Amino acid sequence: MSIAKPALFVLMAATVVALGCGGKKPPVARPLPPPPPVASATPPAPTTARPPAPPRPSVEPTTVPPEPVRDDAIASATLDELNRNSPLRPVFFALDSAEIDPAAKAVLDANAPLMKRYPGWVVTIEGHCDERGTAEYNLALGERRAIAARTYLVSLGIPADRLKTVSYGKEFPFDPGHDDGAWAKNRRAHFVITAK
Amino acid sequence: MKSTALLTLALVAGLGLAIGARQQPPPPQQPTDVATTISGEGSGTPPRFAVPPFISLSSDAETTAIARTIGDVLWDDLNFEREFAFIPRDVYATIPAAKSFDDVPFDRWRELNADGVVVGTVQKLGTGFQIQVRLFDVRQKRQVFGKEYSGSSNARLYAHTISDDIHLQQRALRGVARTKLAFDSDRDGERMSGTVESRGVKEIYTADYDGENQRRVTTNRTLNINPAWSPDARSLAYTSYRRGPPSIFVSHIYDGIFEEVTKGVGESWLPAWSPDGTRVAFTSTRDGNSEIYVANRDGSNVRRITNNPAIDSTPTWAPSGTQIAFTSDRSGSPQIYLVAADGLGAVQRLTSESYADRPTWSPAPYNEIAFASRNGPGFDIKIIDVATRAVKQLTFGEGSNESPSYAPNGRHLAFMSTRAGKAQIFTITRDGRNLKQVTRTGNNYQPDWSR
Repeated sequence: MSIAKPALFVLMAATVVALGCGGKKPPVARPLPPPPPVASATPPAPTTARPPAPPRPSVEPTTVPPEPVRDDAIASATLDELNRNSPLRPVFFALDSAEIDPAAKAVLDANAPLMKRYPGWVVTIEGHCDERGTAEYNLALGERRAIAARTYLVSLGIPADRLKTVSYGKEFPFDPGHDDGAWAKNRRAHFVITAK
Repeated sequence: MKSTALLTLALVAGLGLAIGARQQPPPPQQPTDVATTISGEGSGTPPRFAVPPFISLSSDAETTAIARTIGDVLWDDLNFEREFAFIPRDVYATIPAAKSFDDVPFDRWRELNADGVVVGTVQKLGTGFQIQVRLFDVRQKRQVFGKEYSGSSNARLYAHTISDDIHLQQRALRGVARTKLAFDSDRDGERMSGTVESRGVKEIYTADYDGENQRRVTTNRTLNINPAWSPDARSLAYTSYRRGPPSIFVSHIYDGIFEEVTKGVGESWLPAWSPDGTRVAFTSTRDGNSEIYVANRDGSNVRRITNNPAIDSTPTWAPSGTQIAFTSDRSGSPQIYLVAADGLGAVQRLTSESYADRPTWSPAPYNEIAFASRNGPGFDIKIIDVATRAVKQLTFGEGSNESPSYAPNGRHLAFMSTRAGKAQIFTITRDGRNLKQVTRTGNNYQPDWSR
């Protein structure tokens, strides 16, 4: 609903521009963007808006990635299979903290090359908290944890637009227990691959 | 931007009943210049009331049942505010039951030290019922309150209305018997779809202030949390993950429609209505960090109120609408702060707890803020006086206690407690007495009390 309108607006704007150009002089000389390496920035939806034919010739987002080999189990897995046994490990946090400590860095350092190897992946980073904070404040703390993980991954060269964040506060504990062991598992940033 | 959706259908039926009430002419023998309020035996002693079962003027089962329910619920409603003491219900049977307003045994009630007795009759009409209620001063044997009600078949709503009328007339007090609680709950055991981990949903529910008449509002099977009543009690703002990222929605529960306040921008949560109902404050990370924003209720004119690299969250409005209290960890731990509602001027720190969150500003005449304070393993409810900064504590480590919300007259709070095992909603007076559990099914969180 609310998403539809801006998209529609963009589409209409694009159409107006196209008509405007077409009415005067059909093929205005416009520098074409160099096709190959720009792929990472284009996945969203420019393909659905189809203004004039020439401007965007390359519909390449799916083909550009340096094809992983065919027997790659990760490449051939479905999203569900991937997330059920995710190659992206979660990172954990100290109580009331969103700091990426050395252990968390090591995990993210290992996650980043995977995301580079599969450049089609779009990942949602979920921030979670243990039950020892309030339900309300934990929404912000979980978000801060997700953002901290995202910021570190971006510093390693992962494009920011492939990393979405969402905070679930203390709503979805990984371990329902009420002790140090459970709490430690619940203070986490969890990675969900949402597109490949 | 309004999208129609089937909200919970039945809500309308039970919530929006208006009962017609009209003042009865006083009996002719009554002079007009005497006091019409009943006082207790000595100064400071609350008057002692009796509320015997209402008199059924017809003998059919339905009328008899309604008469019994109204008497029972009215007793509970009048007892809630602690303005009156009560003759225990189990001794009523020792008094001959009145058959009409003309044979009330005042002398017998007086023997039990009753100062007032509420007598009511229920008569079946073609389409509903007619209820007559009189409150008698037992010593004077004289009516001090009389009203007739009709237009509904909802016994509980009759009782709530009568209770509010008696509180207003006898004690100049705005009762809360017709107010509602909203909260979120996992009671239906539904699961989110499309997640690898099994995750339960939370939906928004409403109930009468006493926990009766519980109804589901949202049905989108994701997380729906942080409900907040609009000041006119006709709409609920809340945080919903129905689109994926958390966003602020408003459900107009009597119209069956909802709309999104945050228009798909970033992540937002914890809506709080301005006292006049024209604006909504909320927390959002739309600019990259948790900050407080205020928007018009239709989502227009978004204005950022805080600007600090720390977490700023959980806004609540002063009753005047000129200030907002919120939680920030800018000092290193979450504490409650005050800022002008336009975001201009200095931010003042209010609390010095180890961890404080979910500020909830009281209605007038009190000027205090309730919040959850960490006590070690969990949280307790505390109240800070905004002027003197004096802090008092309402709960003392019985389970964890979070998310306080004031009744509209400021005399009670609702909050979540785990003291009974699962998370449940309780009410308590603002001086920490008369604890009452109002939910029992599933886990229930984050109550908000309607105006």
